[in-house]
Amino acid sequence: MTPRQKQLVGFVAFAAFVVVVALLPAFISAFRAQQFAFVGIYLIALLGLNILTGYTGQISLGHGAFMAVGGYTTALLMVGNEQFGQTGALAIEGGMKDVWTIPIAGLVAGLVGLAFGFPALRLSGLYLALATFAVAVATPSAAKRFQEFTGGGSGINLFGVPELTAGLTPVEIFGRELAFNDWLYYLCWTVALVLFAGAWLILRGRTGRAFRAVRDSETAAVSSGVSLARYKILAFGISAAYAGVAGSLYTIAITFVNPDTFPIALSIFLLVGVVVGGLGQLGGLVFGAIFIHFMQIEWAQQMDAVVPDFLPIIGDIDTDTPGAPALAFGAVLILLMFFLPNGVGGIFRRAGQALTSWRYSRGA
Amino acid sequence: MLAAAFADFMQQVVSGFASGGIYAALALALVIIHRSTGVINFSQGEMATLCTYIAWTLTFNHGWSYWPAFVATLVFSFVFGLATHRIVIRPVERGNVLRVVIVTIGLLIAFNGFVVWQWSGEPKALQSPFGTDTIDVGGVVISWQDVGTILVTLGIVVLLWLLFQFTKLGLALRAAAVNPEEARLVGVRVSWMLGLGWGLAAVLGAVAGMLTAPTVGLDPQMMQPILIYAFAAAVLGGIDSPLGAVVGGLALGVLLNLIGVYVDFVGAELKLPVALLVIFVVLIVRPSGIFGRPEVKRV
Repeated sequence: MTPRQKQLVGFVAFAAFVVVVALLPAFISAFRAQQFAFVGIYLIALLGLNILTGYTGQISLGHGAFMAVGGYTTALLMVGNEQFGQTGALAIEGGMKDVWTIPIAGLVAGLVGLAFGFPALRLSGLYLALATFAVAVATPSAAKRFQEFTGGGSGINLFGVPELTAGLTPVEIFGRELAFNDWLYYLCWTVALVLFAGAWLILRGRTGRAFRAVRDSETAAVSSGVSLARYKILAFGISAAYAGVAGSLYTIAITFVNPDTFPIALSIFLLVGVVVGGLGQLGGLVFGAIFIHFMQIEWAQQMDAVVPDFLPIIGDIDTDTPGAPALAFGAVLILLMFFLPNGVGGIFRRAGQALTSWRYSRGA
Repeated sequence: MLAAAFADFMQQVVSGFASGGIYAALALALVIIHRSTGVINFSQGEMATLCTYIAWTLTFNHGWSYWPAFVATLVFSFVFGLATHRIVIRPVERGNVLRVVIVTIGLLIAFNGFVVWQWSGEPKALQSPFGTDTIDVGGVVISWQDVGTILVTLGIVVLLWLLFQFTKLGLALRAAAVNPEEARLVGVRVSWMLGLGWGLAAVLGAVAGMLTAPTVGLDPQMMQPILIYAFAAAVLGGIDSPLGAVVGGLALGVLLNLIGVYVDFVGAELKLPVALLVIFVVLIVRPSGIFGRPEVKRV
């Protein structure tokens, strides 16, 4: 396929996907709609992580921390921290409506990401992985420790401000009243699809080319006039901003935030999601998001409630035996890596290649 | 007053060395695997936990005494590590490193699930081979458990060093890790050497697990925080340097103990983040760890 045809196929696929996303809630239960809202949230975080890891080649094991920054930003802007006894310059009054906090959360997390990008310039590979991991490990404890600012171990909940979040008061859009689950679904997916298109726009042009050059060979990138520092820091900033938006939506979705909302395991799951979805690919990430969302919740408790529908192979496992679901999920993850070395996105790419060679072998 | 304070300080240092020895053993396991396979084995901690459960089963269910069970567990862990490499890691070894990393995360989840499934999540007690007695060295009270932990980890580390440095097998192991292509040309069976590396790493992990269990209690999550410390220790020392892993582990053990006790602001809550912050700063100054060599790439 020529690049132009490729682009066309991409547009059609994206448009079809938007239609599917828009119509899906009509066919599934409210409970399921809420679950798919979380898939949208994870998709946003995965898009961000893929920009950094898949396209720029910088491993991060700490994106949960950037999500936490976004989540806390949203909660603080809505509720404020004066109730925890915070006074002076750090006091935040709150009172902002939930949807308006989302871009601010992204901005704040993005700035934190840029700031983190500077010291991270010195590190690469596993050393960078540890440094980011350190941030993820430190975040929950730091949130507990600075309780005048963050509400400490019990965190901040949004129940006190029902008028600010549609999670607690019904929303009316175009004269129709939306149930919480549907509202959440559409909110998360609207943001996710806009950011998906945004990621595509960033990655297709000059910036994306520079990112890939940094990933493939730093030396060659520098020789071609690509500034390593500039693009690595930029990748960190964009990536963290995406994570911040995801964290903000996550907080709105669960109507509270506390230090355990964004655990270390989340950061690791995000990396798993990116690799399962496909490094350096955008389309496959939807599957990565589905995978980690259902893996995360179902891993421990609600195995039999949801999984049989999605993963019939492991649905038969006796859920009265604790540990067996985790064993099965671990095995599924390993098998996925065996058979899909480039993630789900790899299938797309291979299908495209097959199509191309078919066209040319026809003598077209 | 000053003497008492000093004795107190020394006590913290000694128990720091004991936990540091455990971090060092696990960090060394990570380094061995990273040198040969180029990945961080996230399942190292869970492999250690699983092996420790084997030791528990042998002592508790089959009435073995500690040391025979210890040796049997080491043999088991070696075979276990080797088999893990042959069956699960070898097929994905070529290609993207991240793929192998994700496989080890899959192993982490699967092994953890297996342990919970087999032995339930309830904590078990593994007896200590060293008893609960303490000795008094010039006012510094030291438990035999700490002394034993330090001696056993040091012993294992020295044995490994002898193996790597002075035997033909050790030379082959190093050759396979440093330059697989040329090692293959001179007749080293590289794939088996990498497998042996996994086996030895599993042995180190099992030692760390069996020494940890008596003090903190054996449960499926036992080694997870220790893996984080070991990871930090390995990176602090330089991820490819065995000496770095040992020094890094001991330094981290002592550092953690001292800041937990003496820095009021930190306390138990912030111990781990502060330790990681210290490492972060060290890495900014020396991006390849204290003993690591900066990677030189050919274009």
